[in-house]
Amino acid sequence: MSKEHSPSFWKKYIFSVDHKIIGIQYGITAMIFLLIGFALVSVMRWQLAFPGQPLPLFGVLFGMSNAPGGIILPEFYNQLGAMHGTIMIFLGVVPLGVGAFGNYLVPLQIGAPDMAFPKLNMMSYWVYLTGGIVMLASFFFPQGAAQSGWTSYPPLSNIAPVGQTVWLIGMVFLITSSLLGSVNFIVTIVQLRADGLTFSRLPFFVWAQFITSFLLLLAFPPLEAAGILQLMDRLAGSSFFMPSGLVVSGEALQISGGGNPLLWQHLFWFLAHPEVYVLILPAMGIVAEIIANNTRKPLYGYKNMVGAALFLGFMSFIVWAHHMYLVGMGTTMSNFFQITTMIISIPSVILLTCLLLSLWGGSIRFNTPMCFALAFLPMFAIGGLTGLPLGLTASDIHLHDTYYVIGHFHYVVAPGTLFALMAGTYFWFPKITGRQMSEVLGKIHFWASFILINIVFMPMFSMGLAGVSRRLWNPTEYAHAQPTQVLNVVVSYAAWGLAIAQLPFIFNLIWSTFKGKQVDTNPWKATTLEWATPTPPPHGNFEREPVVLRGPYEYSVPGQREDYLPQNAEQ
Amino acid sequence: MDKYYGFGLPINISAHGGEIDKLIRIFHVFMLVLFVGWLIYFVIALVQFRAKKDSKALYHNKHYKLPTWIEVFVALFEAFLLVGFSFPIFHQFRFDMPKASESVVIRVVAEQFAWNIHYAGKDGQFGESMPKLISTENPIGLDQNDPAAKDDITTINQLNIPVNKPIIVQLSSKDVIHSFALPVMRVKQDTIPGQQIPVTFEAIDTGKFEIACAQLCGLGHYRMRGFFNVMTQSEFDKWIDSQTPKQEDASE
Repeated sequence: MSKEHSPSFWKKYIFSVDHKIIGIQYGITAMIFLLIGFALVSVMRWQLAFPGQPLPLFGVLFGMSNAPGGIILPEFYNQLGAMHGTIMIFLGVVPLGVGAFGNYLVPLQIGAPDMAFPKLNMMSYWVYLTGGIVMLASFFFPQGAAQSGWTSYPPLSNIAPVGQTVWLIGMVFLITSSLLGSVNFIVTIVQLRADGLTFSRLPFFVWAQFITSFLLLLAFPPLEAAGILQLMDRLAGSSFFMPSGLVVSGEALQISGGGNPLLWQHLFWFLAHPEVYVLILPAMGIVAEIIANNTRKPLYGYKNMVGAALFLGFMSFIVWAHHMYLVGMGTTMSNFFQITTMIISIPSVILLTCLLLSLWGGSIRFNTPMCFALAFLPMFAIGGLTGLPLGLTASDIHLHDTYYVIGHFHYVVAPGTLFALMAGTYFWFPKITGRQMSEVLGKIHFWASFILINIVFMPMFSMGLAGVSRRLWNPTEYAHAQPTQVLNVVVSYAAWGLAIAQLPFIFNLIWSTFKGKQVDTNPWKATTLEWATPTPPPHGNFEREPVVLRGPYEYSVPGQREDYLPQNAEQ
Repeated sequence: MDKYYGFGLPINISAHGGEIDKLIRIFHVFMLVLFVGWLIYFVIALVQFRAKKDSKALYHNKHYKLPTWIEVFVALFEAFLLVGFSFPIFHQFRFDMPKASESVVIRVVAEQFAWNIHYAGKDGQFGESMPKLISTENPIGLDQNDPAAKDDITTINQLNIPVNKPIIVQLSSKDVIHSFALPVMRVKQDTIPGQQIPVTFEAIDTGKFEIACAQLCGLGHYRMRGFFNVMTQSEFDKWIDSQTPKQEDASE
């Protein structure tokens, strides 16, 4: 197909409808946003470690209204916090896991020439990029960006400066982008599978993307609606989330009233809990692929894993109110959500157990992608286990809205999901470029990140148990937060170290793209269809339509000369 | 201060807090056992099955019964903690309200960035509050014409309670969502504007502690700190006496 016409540079690399180019665009953009999100939190870490002291070197960058003399103001700190969360989740991790890996790999792994709706796919990326630019631009509005947390609870968010309006508009773009993407994934996976590729032969990664797409499709519309309602409250004088009789700074608010701030929380968490699985499922898919490949054996309990992931996806829609135990709900409600929350821990344990058991009897290769994939397992375990005391109302009373929560979800997302995405980057880099990333730099990146990230998040459990509230500009105001303040200093140094530890990765990524060791089309000796294409795959992907003959993880099949049997290989 | 606070749970001085702490401790032992168990298996698997020369992976996964039993055990243990601890503790904390006549009822009205504490005074009747009366001098908008308001006591950021007596706190907010937290009492409850939400607790020891705001409420969230004193009954009565407005003052 590529020979029929040679499109211009712009058509080929910028306004491309090729899923691979779009995937790469998503990947690069999302990684840049991850860096921006990391930069924001690095500034916050200064304030947390050394409250009220002027930030050296970088302090002057933020201007008099944000950081006069380098001292980070509380309102600026709140902007950094809200935007860190927003950028990391909606502009970093999800676009990387779904937009980049999903886009690049799903059509290849199912043997399709492209996504079902290539133009919709292109639109999804450009809408996402617009949303991202809108979000970043919000810092430059009067009184800065959104500052009511990434959760944007009204009434606080309703009375916040104009940056909140910009945040809402940005969210509408991002949600629209995700919806376009999710429809595309579902249709592609249902319609465009290669001959012989039944659902029971799908790589687990494709299953994960499939379930994720349903979560996005069903969970995001309520938030889009909620975002529009909040926009109406802010711009059109409605009071969906504003009760009557509010008095702010001694002034009665001139609003119609009669609304309820808890409505927002329900709508928000109806999205934001499934969102957790939108982060984690693609990560698990990546880890499963890499573990099967590098243990050289089939996954343990593939069918159980698929079943568990489906169940997880379903349950994720009926646990949302466990984020809201302390809003004053009745026991019937809280008991229901406690039960569903405990139930959802079971499929998570099954998935983790299957991945762990997959190691048994393997012949394990410890390359960089495998190291990141293996590290995902204990890190996700810590993240999952520490969710348990938060999932029961009684223990949540003390731990709610403390650093314990921050430690918990960061273990799931940072050393959990992000490590899996790192693993995926190292693993599929040779498919994208035809070159391998440096193993030495990769191992340096892995060990430094692994050690430092634990020093960043482990102390947060101690601070949370001590009762230190999250989102405090200066925790030392409180007597009960003073003993753990020393941990804040340790965490900050570790976080800055972690930032430096990403330099070998960034260098590796760029250097290896041009100078990395050249490899053949299937350097990991893998079985799934993406390795059956030329490298890098041309427009249209496959030289001829692949026919799938077997399941995705036929490694070490007895009686075979090689220890892997590709899905489409004639025996 | 150091005797109260450290790197783990702060001191507990509430009657119900012991149960919460027990649950938190059980959880952490449970988590540790599971995690260390997994980790031991993990390390053994990685060492034993590392790629060696001529090492061949197993094609047929053996199916083990043990992981299934562990999963069943985990599920049952979670159910036990749920029914045995969480249901009753939370129910007691939020819904087993002691009789108002036998307890001290206090209203707490949160605002950016302070806690307004409102005592009913000697008559046990709260005066009416109205948003339109709110001013700097009258932060909760207490209606001074209401006879029940005459002996009401209001303080800012100073919550005093007697020890060994059930307390009911009625929580509300004037502006945004805050969260009323007493770390040493294992008490935390969001304050939702437009609603009044009760919580109950009982202190078992005296001392000077803190009220913290646990929910982001604006740029002053970090300094929304209140003082929380648990005193003996006689100290408390004396304090109420000293605060009760003289009749002539209250008529202005």
